[in-house]
Amino acid sequence: MTLKSYATKEEKPVVAALAGVTKKFGGITALQNVSLNVRAGELLAVLGPNGAGKTTAVRLMLGLSSPLSGEVTVFGRDPRTASARGRIGAMLQVAKVPETLKVKEHINLFRSYYANPLSLLATLEAAGLEALENRLFGALSGGQKQRVLFALAICGNPDLLFLDEPTVGLDIATRLLIWQRIRILVQQGRTVVLTTHYLEEVDALADRVIVLNHGVIVAQGTSAEIKSRTSQRKIRCATRLGRGEIESIPEVAGISEQESRVEILTSQVEPVLRELFIRDPNLSGLEVSNSTLEDAFLKIVETAKPEAQEISA
Amino acid sequence: MSAPAATLTAASGSTSALHIYGTEAKYEFLKTLRQPAYVIPTLTFPLLFYVMFGIVFGGKQAVGEVNLATYLLATYAAFGVIGASLFGFAAGVAMERGYGWLQVKRASPMPPLAYLAAKAAMSMIFSAILVTALFAVGTAFGGVHLSALKFLELAGLMIAGSLPFSAMGLAIGCYCAPNSAPAIVNVLFLPMSFCSGLWLPLQLLPKFLQHLAPFLPPYHLAQLALRLVGFSRAANPWQHVAALVAFTAAFLLLAQRGFKRDDVSINA
Repeated sequence: MTLKSYATKEEKPVVAALAGVTKKFGGITALQNVSLNVRAGELLAVLGPNGAGKTTAVRLMLGLSSPLSGEVTVFGRDPRTASARGRIGAMLQVAKVPETLKVKEHINLFRSYYANPLSLLATLEAAGLEALENRLFGALSGGQKQRVLFALAICGNPDLLFLDEPTVGLDIATRLLIWQRIRILVQQGRTVVLTTHYLEEVDALADRVIVLNHGVIVAQGTSAEIKSRTSQRKIRCATRLGRGEIESIPEVAGISEQESRVEILTSQVEPVLRELFIRDPNLSGLEVSNSTLEDAFLKIVETAKPEAQEISA
Repeated sequence: MSAPAATLTAASGSTSALHIYGTEAKYEFLKTLRQPAYVIPTLTFPLLFYVMFGIVFGGKQAVGEVNLATYLLATYAAFGVIGASLFGFAAGVAMERGYGWLQVKRASPMPPLAYLAAKAAMSMIFSAILVTALFAVGTAFGGVHLSALKFLELAGLMIAGSLPFSAMGLAIGCYCAPNSAPAIVNVLFLPMSFCSGLWLPLQLLPKFLQHLAPFLPPYHLAQLALRLVGFSRAANPWQHVAALVAFTAAFLLLAQRGFKRDDVSINA
């Protein structure tokens, strides 16, 4: 995802927004003064560890819960109005779905709620449920059940889709299938808000990422921008050079020794490598790894902790 | 039919409200019918008890103006209807609420009333089936002589009479965890039914229970049913109707309070 396409998306209208929203459950602050905009046609990923406030943010935008302070709008309206809900689909985390209805019955019931639903066939196809329509929900596998929930979210032909951890606990095949279907939905011009704690999911799908931790937004941007927040890369190799000798290379930011290898952290890999080879031509077992979204995420969450506590105190 | 919905915005919801209510009720019925754990006890226990107490053990003996079989036909109809409504609502709502399913429905444009109306319709259908079955058994084997009109009146009363207990079941379902709801219904339902004179005529029970009965909702439905079948000791019917309306309002209020707690209790 390039910065340029991100910039054009920025100009699209806002379809859902939290403005200065605070939400508490008992004494626990789930969201603290959070503001975010969801823009038409984008796939926004809300990323964060368990308990970060992701689901709370989604529940607020679905009108299932009311903020303590601040404002929630969806299509410029209060999300609890039926007219806003008619354009929204939601896939939420459910422990148990009624098991004695068939797949097509579940879908047809939800289709009846919407003014312009997809056809049953189109819904089955979009969720990869062909041939399962007459199966009772209780007789489905875990991955198939999750696909039915996905089908219920999209059967109303929604403009805005909320997917709360849609692939949690799924097998790889179903996860890839759902990712592919989500991409199609975005290509069709729909807006998707996705919460997840899978970084690969963000990398695979998202135009824009918001990182939540302890109820506060700690970072936002494209997934490339988030990654660049930790510009450091890792060099691993086996070398006869001692710790002090490596540390004397000016670009080296950190060093750790593991059994037979050293791990060097740096934001400038090439000059460090050049210097290493000059000093130890016999250097071997070389590995260079890019910082992953996971490294960035862990760094952001780690460094954000004290700040978040300060705010909520 | 879908022509006015082309604009896809505000007004489109109202055009299909009736369709939504119908579809919701239809699938609620199918869903329930496929649950033997609900259907079998709901339909067989009242019939079994009626056959045992009302027919096998001397149904011919008189209780006031009517024979025991006729008397107990009225009270076991009430017993069955109350059970069907309490279990249907309490267990259903507790499960769907507790396991997050209700939240999925609430996030959709479903009118919230459609959810409740479908479940209430379900209680009513089971009530009608029960009254019909009891009436058939009583007439065939118990020496019950009631006209077809009386049957229709009794069925009508029981269909309407399911509402207060649907409300009570709803209140229980809004407070209880999915696992505990059926147990809690049993703990309330069985003693309450006995003390209201649904199992055995109230006159056979100790005096203090007879004084307790008017404080229990099933007593009032049973008294209305007894009046219908010709047991005239039942006093002014309107006081029983008023009592049932008051109980219904109280249970609905309780349910609403319970439901509102959900927003607070669900964790982040």
